[in-house]
Amino acid sequence: MARKVTARRVWVSTAAAWLFGFLIFLPILWMVLTSFKTELEAFSMPPKFLLFHWTMENYATVQERSDYLHHALNSILIAGGSTLIAMIIAIPAAWSMAFAPTKRTKDVLLWMLSTKMMPSVGVLVPIYLIFRDFGLLDTRAGLVMILCLGNLPIVIWMLFTYFKEIPKDILEAARMDGATIGRELVYVLTPMAVPGLASTLLLNFILAWNEAFWTLNLSTLDAAPLTTFIASYSSPEGLFWAKLSAASTLAIAPIIILGWFTQRQLVRGLTFGAVK
Amino acid sequence: MATQQTQVLGRALLTPAVALLFIWMIVPLAMTIYFSTLHYSLLDSENWSFVGLENFRYFLTDPAFLTALRNTLVLVGSVLAITILLGTPLALLLDQQVIGRSIVRLMVIAPFFVMPTVSALVWKNLLMHPVSGLFAWVATLVGATPIDWFNDVPLFAVILIVAWQWLPFATLILLTALQSQDEEQKEAAEMDGASALSSFIYLTLPHLARPITVVILIETIFLLTVFAEIFVTTGGGPGLATTNIAFLIYQQALVQYDVGNASAGGLVAVVIANIVAFFLVRIVGRNLET
Repeated sequence: MARKVTARRVWVSTAAAWLFGFLIFLPILWMVLTSFKTELEAFSMPPKFLLFHWTMENYATVQERSDYLHHALNSILIAGGSTLIAMIIAIPAAWSMAFAPTKRTKDVLLWMLSTKMMPSVGVLVPIYLIFRDFGLLDTRAGLVMILCLGNLPIVIWMLFTYFKEIPKDILEAARMDGATIGRELVYVLTPMAVPGLASTLLLNFILAWNEAFWTLNLSTLDAAPLTTFIASYSSPEGLFWAKLSAASTLAIAPIIILGWFTQRQLVRGLTFGAVK
Repeated sequence: MATQQTQVLGRALLTPAVALLFIWMIVPLAMTIYFSTLHYSLLDSENWSFVGLENFRYFLTDPAFLTALRNTLVLVGSVLAITILLGTPLALLLDQQVIGRSIVRLMVIAPFFVMPTVSALVWKNLLMHPVSGLFAWVATLVGATPIDWFNDVPLFAVILIVAWQWLPFATLILLTALQSQDEEQKEAAEMDGASALSSFIYLTLPHLARPITVVILIETIFLLTVFAEIFVTTGGGPGLATTNIAFLIYQQALVQYDVGNASAGGLVAVVIANIVAFFLVRIVGRNLET
């Protein structure tokens, strides 16, 4: 960025970038605007952009009629639970591969990656039958389990790449000073690993929140997270655009905000370190 | 530095993850393979019988399979083309000096964090509705006839929605790669009188070759199993117009309850995904240091 650029060029790039950015963001912006309209205005032609009767009524209706909070709570519990359990299993595994690698570590890592490549639909039948026979259909526990296993390879990989960056010399120095492995973990490794742990947690929470294959197929009502709840708007009754928009806005707002914090980690987490 | 003690400890710490992933991978897959050789319907679960490879013969010669395969390939190919052909210039643009770049970045990335059911329904109703959608209004503004997206070009409508979701991913990865490009090299080329175009073709494009490959492979793996967007907008229709392989298998499993056939289809999907995965794993493995 140190190169000299003419003022004209900056203005042209700026205008073009803002135009593209606006167009890409438009569907989301439009959805948010629609959520504050009445159903009639949401449907009106020509569309009303800002000069409409702003109302919060849709948000109240969505909660009253379909118990939005119940589904939001399911999303939080399922995404949070599956991510936390995955972290608990993954931290020791990633620690082991980063700090006590063996000849086979690389193969193990690549094998873990390949389990993520298995298309969910390929095992839909057995998972559905297992869930049915064990009474796990439409339960939060079942979804936590499935999403945890589904994201485990990504969690391990992300943690591994973060742990790899912690200089080993520091650990050795700690050990020379007589620190046990337990102390080393708590006092040396953990503080250095916190940023990596946080972004792994965040990105996988987002992925689990938005997961829409298992949640759609394995939940109907009791355990239905927001993905399934929003899908119920695909068979509408009467005018429903404003309510759909309100429910959607509530469902994506927290995640978009979290997502913006994880831009950098997104690349890292989803390319398995192949692009830096 | 790995002493024998840490070796043992390392193995102990690794075991739970490996065991879980192993079970997760092997048990359902083995069951799918087993079911795929059975004539087995959940509607008549008493009467099941071993039929060998009959389900595969049925699934692979079913005209619906060929349609679904074609739709899958068109969907994957089109979304890849759109996201890379738009993502590359967009990444180049965001790599320039832009006033308020971080805000533009946030706007560009946002669609990736929208859950699939929301983006599909918002596009279908608020944007693509043939009478009251935003696109219909734009069409009437310029004097064109509004398109009835989900009746006239249903597969293309699904492609647009999925491409909108994945454009941020391609852009972000290409942008990350651009920012790691050697600035001095570009400056030197400029001093030597290289035009912007030739510096793009000879320096930037080769630098982007690898990230583009990674984008293609990762997107392909996810795009092969696009499901929610089809589930909430078209239900695979009209007819079979938007049925991809994932949706076809879902229908056979949970709509027609044909376990045998759906399992055979599932294995076909696994084989297709594995071909892509093979290349991705090789690329990742090449620059992995343990």
